[in-house]
Amino acid sequence: MLPPRFDYLAPRSLDEALEFLDGHGDDAKVLAGGQSLIPVLKLRFASPAWLVDINRIPGLDEIAEQDGHLRVGALVRHRDAERSPVLRERYPTMAEAAPQVSDPLVRNLGTVCGSLAHADPSGDWGAVMLAMDADLVARSKSGTRTIAARDFFDGPFTTALRPDELLVEARVPARPGTGGAYLKLERKVGDFATAAVAVRVTMSDGRIGEAGIGLTAVGPNNLKATEAEVALAGADPSDEAFREAAELAARAASPSADMRGSVEYKRNVVRVFTERGLRRSVAMAIADGGA
Amino acid sequence: MQVTVNVNGTSQTADVEPRLLLVHLLRERLGLTGTHIGCDTTSCGACTVLLDGVPIKSCTYLAVQADGRSVRTVEGLVEGGKPSPLQAAFKQEHGLQCGFCTPGMLLAAEALLADNPDPTEEQVRWALSGNLCRCTGYMNIVKAVQAAGAAMRSAAGVAEAETAEAPAMAGGAQ
Amino acid sequence: MTETDAGTAIRGLGHSVRRKEDDRFVRGRGTYVDDVKLPGMLHMAILRTPVAHARITRIDVEAAKAHPGVVAVITGRDLDAHGLAWMPTLSADTQAVLALDKVVFQGQEVAAVVADDPYVAVDALELIDVDYDPLPAVVDPRRALEGDAPLIREDKEGQTGNHIFHWEKGDKEATDRAFAEADKVVSLDTFYPRCHPAPLETCGCVADVDPATGKCTIWLTSQAPHAHRTLFALVAGLPEQNIRIISPDLGGGFGNKVPIYPGYVVATVASLLIGKPVKWIEDRTENLISTGFARDYHMRGEMALSADGKITALRSQVIADHGAFNAAAQPSKFPAGLFHIFTGAYDVPAAHCEVDGVYTNKAPGGIAYRCSFRVTEASYLIERLVQNAAVELGMDPAELRRRNFIQPEQFPYRSAVGWEYDSGDYPKALDLALEKLGYAELRAEQKEKWAKGELMGIGIASFTEVVGAGHGADFDIAGLRMFDSAELRVHPTGKAILKIGVQTQGQGHETTFAQIVAGELGIPPEDVTVMHGDTDNTPYGLGTYASRSTPVGGAATAMVARKLRDKATKLAAHLLEASEEDIEYAEGRFSVRGAPDRAKTIQDIAFAAYTNLPEGMEAGLEGVTYYDPPNMTFPFGTYCVVVDIDKGTGEWKVRKMVAVDDCGVRINPLIVEGQIHGGLAEGYAIAAMQLITFDEEGNCIGQNFTDYLLPTSWETPSFETYETVTPSPHHPIGAKGVGESATVGSPAAYVNAVLDALAPLGITNIDLPVTSDKVWAAMHEKGFV
Repeated sequence: MLPPRFDYLAPRSLDEALEFLDGHGDDAKVLAGGQSLIPVLKLRFASPAWLVDINRIPGLDEIAEQDGHLRVGALVRHRDAERSPVLRERYPTMAEAAPQVSDPLVRNLGTVCGSLAHADPSGDWGAVMLAMDADLVARSKSGTRTIAARDFFDGPFTTALRPDELLVEARVPARPGTGGAYLKLERKVGDFATAAVAVRVTMSDGRIGEAGIGLTAVGPNNLKATEAEVALAGADPSDEAFREAAELAARAASPSADMRGSVEYKRNVVRVFTERGLRRSVAMAIADGGA
Repeated sequence: MQVTVNVNGTSQTADVEPRLLLVHLLRERLGLTGTHIGCDTTSCGACTVLLDGVPIKSCTYLAVQADGRSVRTVEGLVEGGKPSPLQAAFKQEHGLQCGFCTPGMLLAAEALLADNPDPTEEQVRWALSGNLCRCTGYMNIVKAVQAAGAAMRSAAGVAEAETAEAPAMAGGAQ
Repeated sequence: MTETDAGTAIRGLGHSVRRKEDDRFVRGRGTYVDDVKLPGMLHMAILRTPVAHARITRIDVEAAKAHPGVVAVITGRDLDAHGLAWMPTLSADTQAVLALDKVVFQGQEVAAVVADDPYVAVDALELIDVDYDPLPAVVDPRRALEGDAPLIREDKEGQTGNHIFHWEKGDKEATDRAFAEADKVVSLDTFYPRCHPAPLETCGCVADVDPATGKCTIWLTSQAPHAHRTLFALVAGLPEQNIRIISPDLGGGFGNKVPIYPGYVVATVASLLIGKPVKWIEDRTENLISTGFARDYHMRGEMALSADGKITALRSQVIADHGAFNAAAQPSKFPAGLFHIFTGAYDVPAAHCEVDGVYTNKAPGGIAYRCSFRVTEASYLIERLVQNAAVELGMDPAELRRRNFIQPEQFPYRSAVGWEYDSGDYPKALDLALEKLGYAELRAEQKEKWAKGELMGIGIASFTEVVGAGHGADFDIAGLRMFDSAELRVHPTGKAILKIGVQTQGQGHETTFAQIVAGELGIPPEDVTVMHGDTDNTPYGLGTYASRSTPVGGAATAMVARKLRDKATKLAAHLLEASEEDIEYAEGRFSVRGAPDRAKTIQDIAFAAYTNLPEGMEAGLEGVTYYDPPNMTFPFGTYCVVVDIDKGTGEWKVRKMVAVDDCGVRINPLIVEGQIHGGLAEGYAIAAMQLITFDEEGNCIGQNFTDYLLPTSWETPSFETYETVTPSPHHPIGAKGVGESATVGSPAAYVNAVLDALAPLGITNIDLPVTSDKVWAAMHEKGFV
């Protein structure tokens, strides 16, 4: 299958891009990695009049810590995240998720922010950002808007972004004493998840200070297992606590039955992975000196 | 639109529609048919090329995106008319049967070895997990990549030893 | 992998000669059909129905025709005017080339656009307007057999239901009697679902009908170019001497490139009508949704045993889903292929099988994916039955096999359904496999793990295949007897050219067949060029599928080389001034008995064949052989798999896999090993993840690689391969063929491993593919998780 006709623009500055989106946002699609967009075009599931290629805009490809948080720019590829020492040292949930996104070739082009904006309910980064309680920064001609991850996802392939907005950055709070994990069940490399769980645990005085749990492929969009998080806040990191939280996470999931498995099966995977993820995250946080 | 791409060391200019996929620019406009098409869902990797040294699926990349950039295809692997150590290793280890996935595998492997000259079996399998093969069951592809790595390291080692000898000789035999 | 003494420079049989074909493939210089570009070439795209079962009430192509860049739009009506709207299939059925007033499977061909650019052709497809009046779809063959099921083939005169054929083999009475008297009966209902060979290169053609010369050259993804040429001549009414089929490099076949697809016919007609070359290359969705699928066998098997574990009888009933047209590619006398090999490697005194073929609203086909004509299905059934029988009897599955194997001294062995197995040593292969596996230690470990509630399993499959079709009186494809051919010519300078009727798709014939010549005549493989695939330049053959190349084409090659050796002996006698009876041959040298220094090389003789002949002898050193095999060959082996199961997710991982294969004499051990690796990987794919299925409306689930799963290098296990060598007594070089052994034998090994792990829970079957959710569901149902 081959793409339909479209017009193409490769702006050289963010302002140029935002100016264009201001006038044409409804009929344009942003091209960053293209690893979700181009397949959609080839199947002719979308027929935008314009493609706005942001790859030539400088300054969007940084992964850097600043003022107590990590900034992940719009052109940071999954591959960059995979190789980032900062992620490996201080953002283990993200470091564990990055290599599991799609396959190595797709990771060379696809972007973290592109994945977030695409908002596939089976997307990995959405669950991670929910677990990290990240903020997503949107720019438009009229200014900047910071949207909390928990307010960002609004249904399959639907976000809070306006057509004239560009997601320029994900901002993840830096939290010392944090462990994390991303457990993903996939039938093969490159398949979307059957179910996946992103876990983050920040320890505090030997107890769980706070936890974040994000879910992949078990709902109309990435989900935050809020009840489980609440149950874990301030809890003693015991098997009992892990099991209870896992049960709550499983209940927060609302999977659909498909070729990958039944509703019951997917819920079970959420339960098993949440428990395993919590155990690992706590151990990691403690080892990391987060006592 | 006009695009100018450096393909295998030569600058190529073409007038293309924005929707033209890079793989079609290579195959149809430039006659480089070594890059293959095996699927329509970005799943198989038969179309893998090196974009500024990084392996990507050229069926999921527009020709216009490659403007001003460099692309290396399988045709660009031959060194001075001779197969590269990687190409030679694929033949020696029987790392191909029908040959259709082979160009993509070679380029993904080329990028891996540039990054990691001594990969373990696990690392090879991981790096090639975006490239499907129906014939070989992957075993001999892994062997070929590891053998190529070893050959390249040994050639580099010989080259190193040869340059290292010169200063020592100047200092006299010991 | 063993290799015979590499001391000889000639390197005939038994040497791991590196492949000549690799030189072009590693450079990206292969010529696959999509690489072919001819002057003035146009591009064709096919419109396919999104609805599985419907009447077509209107087709409007005017907007498409008017689209800039479109040269022609072809519908079923246009073809009908030339009598080409329907074509015969390889199973004596008919198939629509372009639908006229009804569509019968999702993805069926409805119209075609020919344009000057492939992107334009796709754009124009969207401008064709078709009105479909949906009919209820039937996707379950058992439903299709019910009296009130919708009639799919209204086009077939006399067809009142969806039943296609009934076929049976064996002695029903003797079998039923044995069952009545049996101490134990083990039965199994198991579904071998629809899957697809999915070679990495899809199907396609470049059809070039030259209006000036009338010559019709078709570059075609064809595993059987000569048969295709003849069929084209018969179907299209074109004179056969004017048709040239060129099958260049093929990016895999696996049986997918044996049928003739509507796209080929439409492209040829288009080229004929337009007077320019027309290229049609299907995309992956078209490949998966419409071309020759594999399996789709609903199997019931029953095994009768004595109390001490001796199999006394076997019977099977199968419902075979053939899709909307019976386009399965198998020998015409065998509508269910070679399914009656289902007694496998065992000495079974009485057996009976029956197969009923059924139409459904799905793509046509059935024989594909390295199945050796349904041997995959048969082998799966028997090896699963043996596993279940072992569990029910409380017996070690290896021991049950040993107790029932056909013993070496019983060969040649006549099976209860009439096969004559040429040779085999099943106990030896099994013993070697278990030894290399470390079977006893693993069973001990399994016990320990189970005591802790952990699950590991050991699966065995001891298969035998029947390949090498085949003896002409029994085997024909659409009437064309299944001989094969080889034409060998040695040039004055001692180099040779071998032209064969089989067609490689990656099996390495350009190297292995040269090795056969090397083995017979002493000309090194580097000096023998092998040609194949061009019907203008090669002798008539039936092509490569069902592992027949080495058994039939390889035999033809050996025999023609021997013909040349006979003439070479005469020439040697002439040159050495000795009598023919005194000439001895060894490795390319012809010498006088008792005077070994008086000798001539094959190169000397080749030169003499053009320069120094005895009176009355024709010049040249060449010949052609059409080989009619006296029997099939029976490669065999034992595969063992060890798996560990994650109770939390139901995932199973292969920890170790040992494969022992016996394909008789091995021409090139490296290439044999490669074939086995590939088959073991396909077997894993089938066991773990491959499925094409349909919803109630006939929508195909599995029409691209995001739904139809091919394992990557990450999931695919590693394999340890070993061999035994039991030559075929009737094959000129003792070889049996090996291309499909691993795809035939391994799925059961993987599945048996998972079920072996689950046996203590009382789980006796999980249908293919054995996905993690099914494993979990089975454990959950038993209350284990």
